[in-house]
Amino acid sequence: MTAFDPARFTRLDQYGHGGRLGIRYHAKAEDWVELALPYAADQVGDPSTGVLASGPIVTLMDMATSMAVWTRRGVFAPHATLDLRVDYCRPATPGETVIGRGECYRLARAVAFVRGIAYHRDPADPIAHVAGTFMLMDAPAKQARA
Amino acid sequence: MTPPPYAALLGIAIEAEGDGPPVLLLPFGEPVLGRPGFVHGGAIAGLLEMAAIAALDQALQAEGGGRIKPITVTVDYMRGGRERPTRGVGTVTRLGTRIANVEAVAWQDDRARPIAAARLNYLIERP
Repeated sequence: MTAFDPARFTRLDQYGHGGRLGIRYHAKAEDWVELALPYAADQVGDPSTGVLASGPIVTLMDMATSMAVWTRRGVFAPHATLDLRVDYCRPATPGETVIGRGECYRLARAVAFVRGIAYHRDPADPIAHVAGTFMLMDAPAKQARA
Repeated sequence: MTPPPYAALLGIAIEAEGDGPPVLLLPFGEPVLGRPGFVHGGAIAGLLEMAAIAALDQALQAEGGGRIKPITVTVDYMRGGRERPTRGVGTVTRLGTRIANVEAVAWQDDRARPIAAARLNYLIERP
């Protein structure tokens, strides 16, 4: 449980697509990991309102739930997103940082089941709710059963 | 339709426009990189979203226009996106008075071998 520490995943905000969006570590607890997505004008999907596009929220939640899987497994091992569903509960508020909280609620031999929420300040007032699955790439194929 | 800032961030260009929904092109590069050697699933979701919106916008304009708000987005990933361009196109399955159901698909070398697909449901506010 302690071998993978999301807080020390230092390249997070410097690397690849997450880095381009400015996604960084925010907080963690026993059963979740939080990442932060600072508001940026170039991530807007609707210029008339200034509301963020869906893509950055999907990226934030894909990464937050991935971190939750690695934290639960205690190891950083490759996995691939099988599917991810995002329900938009309300629009993100322009100008405000989005927090993505990811949780791995079930870890099977070949598949990790995740869920999470995106919010600004109050987890009880979510912007989005997500549910998804990851295929664990290092799972032995012969024993691959969800 | 003017592409939103997020489409520009991803480097998305309209590759082909005709009678149907436009085919969008997502170039490969460090800004869309996920795990080493692969396009980030979030960037692929972004391409699918932009392709869906482009298709929906085209269909909506034909009926007098309107504003759209996403309700749900579900993305299935079939194959890893490798270090080359990705294409995406949307299809409006149903355009109702208040709800639109849209599908989008993304591929790299062969359109018959998609790397990801999405179903997106939108709330429509007509003028």
